[in-house]
Amino acid sequence: MRMKHALLGAAVMVSAALPLAPASAADTIYVPLFSYRTGPFAGSGTPIVNGMADYLNMLNERDGGIGGVKLVVEECETGYDTKKGLECYEQVKSKNPVVVNPYSTGITLPLIPKAAIDKVPILSMAYGLSASADGNTFPWVFNPPATYWDGASMFVAYAGQQEGGMEKLKGKKLGLVYLDAPYGKEPIPVLEALAKDYGFELKLYPVPAAEMQNQSSQWLNIRRDRPDWLYLQGFGAMNPTAVKEAAKNNFKMDHLIGNWWAGGDDDARPAGDGAKGYLSLNFNQVGTDIPVIQDIIKYLVDKGKSQTPKDKVGENLYNRGVYNSMIIAEGIRNAQKLSGKKVIDGADMRRGLETLVIDEARLKEMGAAGFVAPVKVTCADHNGHNAAYMAKWDGTKWTKGSDWIQPIKAKVEPLIDEAAKAYAAGNAGWPKRTEACDAK
Amino acid sequence: MDLLYKVFLDPFVQMGTAPDLLVQTLWDGLVAGVLYSLIALGFVLIFKASGVFNFAQGIMVVFAALTLVGLHEKGVPAYLALAITLAVMFGLAVGVERLMLRPLVNQPDIILFMATFGLTYFLIGFGELVFGGNPKVMIASELGLPKGAVDINFAGGFVSLQKIDIAAAIIASLMVAALAVFFQKTRIGRALRAVADSHKAALSVGISLNQIWVIVWFAAGVVALATGIMWGARSEVSFALQIIALKALPVLILGGFTSIPGAIVGGLIIGIGEKVGEFYWGPLLGSGIETWLAYVIALVFLLFRPQGLFGEKIIERI
Repeated sequence: MRMKHALLGAAVMVSAALPLAPASAADTIYVPLFSYRTGPFAGSGTPIVNGMADYLNMLNERDGGIGGVKLVVEECETGYDTKKGLECYEQVKSKNPVVVNPYSTGITLPLIPKAAIDKVPILSMAYGLSASADGNTFPWVFNPPATYWDGASMFVAYAGQQEGGMEKLKGKKLGLVYLDAPYGKEPIPVLEALAKDYGFELKLYPVPAAEMQNQSSQWLNIRRDRPDWLYLQGFGAMNPTAVKEAAKNNFKMDHLIGNWWAGGDDDARPAGDGAKGYLSLNFNQVGTDIPVIQDIIKYLVDKGKSQTPKDKVGENLYNRGVYNSMIIAEGIRNAQKLSGKKVIDGADMRRGLETLVIDEARLKEMGAAGFVAPVKVTCADHNGHNAAYMAKWDGTKWTKGSDWIQPIKAKVEPLIDEAAKAYAAGNAGWPKRTEACDAK
Repeated sequence: MDLLYKVFLDPFVQMGTAPDLLVQTLWDGLVAGVLYSLIALGFVLIFKASGVFNFAQGIMVVFAALTLVGLHEKGVPAYLALAITLAVMFGLAVGVERLMLRPLVNQPDIILFMATFGLTYFLIGFGELVFGGNPKVMIASELGLPKGAVDINFAGGFVSLQKIDIAAAIIASLMVAALAVFFQKTRIGRALRAVADSHKAALSVGISLNQIWVIVWFAAGVVALATGIMWGARSEVSFALQIIALKALPVLILGGFTSIPGAIVGGLIIGIGEKVGEFYWGPLLGSGIETWLAYVIALVFLLFRPQGLFGEKIIERI
């Protein structure tokens, strides 16, 4: 009995001490990763967090961290559940995280007001609140390289280009199949605005989370409405079901365009040959023929230090995760330079992200030439509104299906300004920016 | 006036002008309904035998399908994987009886209900531990399930019947019929019904409660496997499938928790009702209404038959 109590006591002490380890290590930089390796969205969440963790851990192995400081990479499982995500945030907050990556629009939204108070920047890479691209209103939130509004406008631009000109969109039907959640609804305002401007009819097809794998009603509506082009803003199990339904309903696959989170290999693969030609917006290259990915294989995967099966390295969402961590790493490097400190905090990281410039030369140094387009963040623009291309599913893998497509910035940027102002006005006491701007 | 037209006339005009879409909607509803019936049947079987609402039925669907696909991924031939999965589901039934139900005999129903919550989270964790959280492609063709569609020209349009849906409807119907016969006509079936009526009375005439529980949980496991194969083939095998099991709740409200015919008819009414409702009336409400529409249909029925379609009318003295 005494032994049992002793063991129990030891277990409690160990478990209590473990979470404190990163905070007490004064010579490390703590980077929490919100993951969802479990639950309905694990199909998207697992490759993303694998890529994120692998890049940062590779830096530890290859370079001894960043600027001589080891990174402590710790996952917190959210299951893509907002409540759990907020619990994760509270859990990691006390450990001095330099940045938080919520990896869910639902989790990002309630964290936005906390960021300035807790001095923890939020990096919601190409997700979250589109309006948070406005750095003057949201100095603690960053969402490069493109917003959902940019993505939706690229879909419209691509449809216009394929139809032979934007004016040809007049009278056409463009549809949005979306997860009936904050993430899925995000592109609706910009699509409504573009529908007015270009004269197309916008059809909306919400898919409730409970019906993600039971979409026959939505696709019957699509069959009745016969939209000319469809944009898919789905996630997790919703995507492969939508692609299968599209194939089943003989919808032209090259007229079905997923946003960048609907382009996982597991999103297209289950539909087999039926998915051939399916397009998805993308801003990173796929495959392993990229020096930075080769380094991950060399320093981690081949040494059994990664959770990623070797055949999954280089998949689309895995590489997306790598790109996300490249932005984190560059933010940390900038922050070290600006602050003159090796071990930085969230406030330093905010400055680092706000001066982020990853140009062609820097991409080459990072072993990522051609992997992604150059990205630049400024104090006023925390996004960059960068271009994306269409990835095309050839039946077994993603291939490049178009040149770079620019977002319709002239339409999107005023909407973002307007939405940012409306957000600040709608949240009484929203603080005016007081943070100095480091960018020259 | 315009609204009245859209609600009361336009849907019927659409049905008349595009009968192919009406038939397609009814077919899609029928297939969904048969599969809902199958899920509901898993709940009914266990509820009848033990008075427990088995919250774990949804995750049993995922666990069974994951086991099947996971074994095949590890190199086990499809039919052998199917046989092993059945054995695993039998092992699960024995484990549940020995480790969960037997120690909780004579405890209030709510305790057993909570225990099924525990089972749910155990199966989620165990399934993820063994097979990972990644979605998997169902081995439909390896199991001999058909691919492709049969397109029938109809009333100037066409009706597309997916072969996998036809197979799902046939297999689910056969399973439902076989289970109905098994529980109505066999000795074990009679014993089950005796247990459902009264545990104590059944024990007093020598019926082994433990044996019945194993049989019933195994039957629910087989039903879960069939459901997992069919839904998995229509989409993919992922933990999201357990959400589908929640679709059985309105079916159970409608059909009654103790009635096998209720589960079947209830499933069909909910399946067809929600698809027709979503397709013809959904756009008026911004679409995406089928999740709650199923409950509305069930609640409307309850107004007239509080015990469900075929549920037993129980009068208790207060």
